[in-house]
Amino acid sequence: MTGVIVAGAAETDQVGRLPGHSTLALHLEAGLNALDDAGLTTKDIDGIATVSAPGPVQVAHALGITPRWLDGTGVGGTSFLLHVRHAAAAIMAGQASTVLITHGESGRSRIGSARFAPDPSSMQGQFEAPYGVAGAPTAFTIPALRYMKEHGLTHEQLAYVAVAQRKWAARNPRAMYRDPITVDDVLASRLVAYPFHLLECCLVTDGGGALVVTSAGRAGDFPRPPVHLLGAGESSETPLISQLEDFTESGAFRRAGQAALREARVTTADVDHLMIYDAFAHLPIYGLEALGFVKKGEAGGFIADGNTEPGGRLPLNTNGGGLSYTHTGMYGMFAIQEAVRQLRGEAAAQVGDVGISVVLGVGGMFATSGALVLGRDPR
Amino acid sequence: MTGKAVPVPTPQTQPFWDGCAAGELRIQRCTDCGRPYFYPRPVCPACGSRRVEWFTASGEATLHSYVISHRPAPGFDNDVPYAIAVVELAEGPRMMTNIVGVPNTPEHLVLDMPLRVRFERRGEISLPMFEPAGNGR
Repeated sequence: MTGVIVAGAAETDQVGRLPGHSTLALHLEAGLNALDDAGLTTKDIDGIATVSAPGPVQVAHALGITPRWLDGTGVGGTSFLLHVRHAAAAIMAGQASTVLITHGESGRSRIGSARFAPDPSSMQGQFEAPYGVAGAPTAFTIPALRYMKEHGLTHEQLAYVAVAQRKWAARNPRAMYRDPITVDDVLASRLVAYPFHLLECCLVTDGGGALVVTSAGRAGDFPRPPVHLLGAGESSETPLISQLEDFTESGAFRRAGQAALREARVTTADVDHLMIYDAFAHLPIYGLEALGFVKKGEAGGFIADGNTEPGGRLPLNTNGGGLSYTHTGMYGMFAIQEAVRQLRGEAAAQVGDVGISVVLGVGGMFATSGALVLGRDPR
Repeated sequence: MTGKAVPVPTPQTQPFWDGCAAGELRIQRCTDCGRPYFYPRPVCPACGSRRVEWFTASGEATLHSYVISHRPAPGFDNDVPYAIAVVELAEGPRMMTNIVGVPNTPEHLVLDMPLRVRFERRGEISLPMFEPAGNGR
């Protein structure tokens, strides 16, 4: 155990299409909702973490928080998992007592949000952008064909990742897409970047979420059941997808995930529930193998055999994931939120008795990873 | 209407782009551990040595992986669908590129097919592209 808990966790009132909210407004609504959930006010917070823009200074100032600890780690959609890990270290070192971690992004409506375009003198700008990369759907997806050739993953198995997750989304009233789909539906959806079809790519939505992290010594002080941080890990590989060391695996996934499991002293057999950041359909496959739930090359069959869907033995992405629930651009916060809900027993698609949940996040395009092992009990 | 992205060299990458302008694929290698590497930087990513040198690669490569994009980047509207590929140079390093001289379809783009470099002008820059190795010349 790390000695810290998640004392409060909440998303924005709604996720999806929110043209009335700026990115900053989403941060603030999520942060206040998480404070309400923890029974705290802004005056109880002495540490703040989020990504830029708007960044921790803006969020703290807007909320009237005077921090004595700040973390602006911005390494993509997994950043919030790193914030939890960094907050745990700060709390154990006495640098902060109660940390608020916020996410908000007007990813769909683009209200008050930054646009991404690589500087033409950056490494991406010189060595990738000239070849017609148009955002993550046309680059994050590049390693998949290599994986398919090396391990025999079929187009149908890749499509089934989206089918399995839609089954979870059907049970979640907040999910953007809830109608059941078949492999044929996925393969008939328009090609975005062969071999990826529209339904194998994440949504683009508006929304936010926030967490309150504090010492486990205060576990009895809050209205909601505490969620214990048992272990955490982080790593990075490359900002250039073309420079991934092995196109059939993510070293950052493996290093972050294994570090988190090691710190928590748990094995895959102990895990009741799993969240893997699914920007695209191949990510759950890479993640399951990096964490060691299956051997290399087996994850596509494992998912297609029904192991991760409702009724399966390893519930995965039970909110519907980035493919069907929501994806603002930085989905990591929503993966943590669903793990907290499952551990508290309050998820829309509750999978029964969840004692340990693992969250594996990705930032950039296999650029970074964070991992959390969360538990109902301190262990 | 925006055109296709054009690289802006830095002092550290200029020798690469100078090589392209001269019709050569110049990359770096470490004079301590011998490992060739790409993208250009003043340190060997394998061993950390600062003793590195430029050399001219063979221009031979194989097709490592790709997507065929239906989402045009600025300036690529007339190119869709087009492959965004990663090739593995004969010397070992990999780089992103486009595949030219062959229809960009799954049937014509077979992983591990042999390729060779061909430079195409864009603005002030010559960009390395790759074509099937059997294509004449």
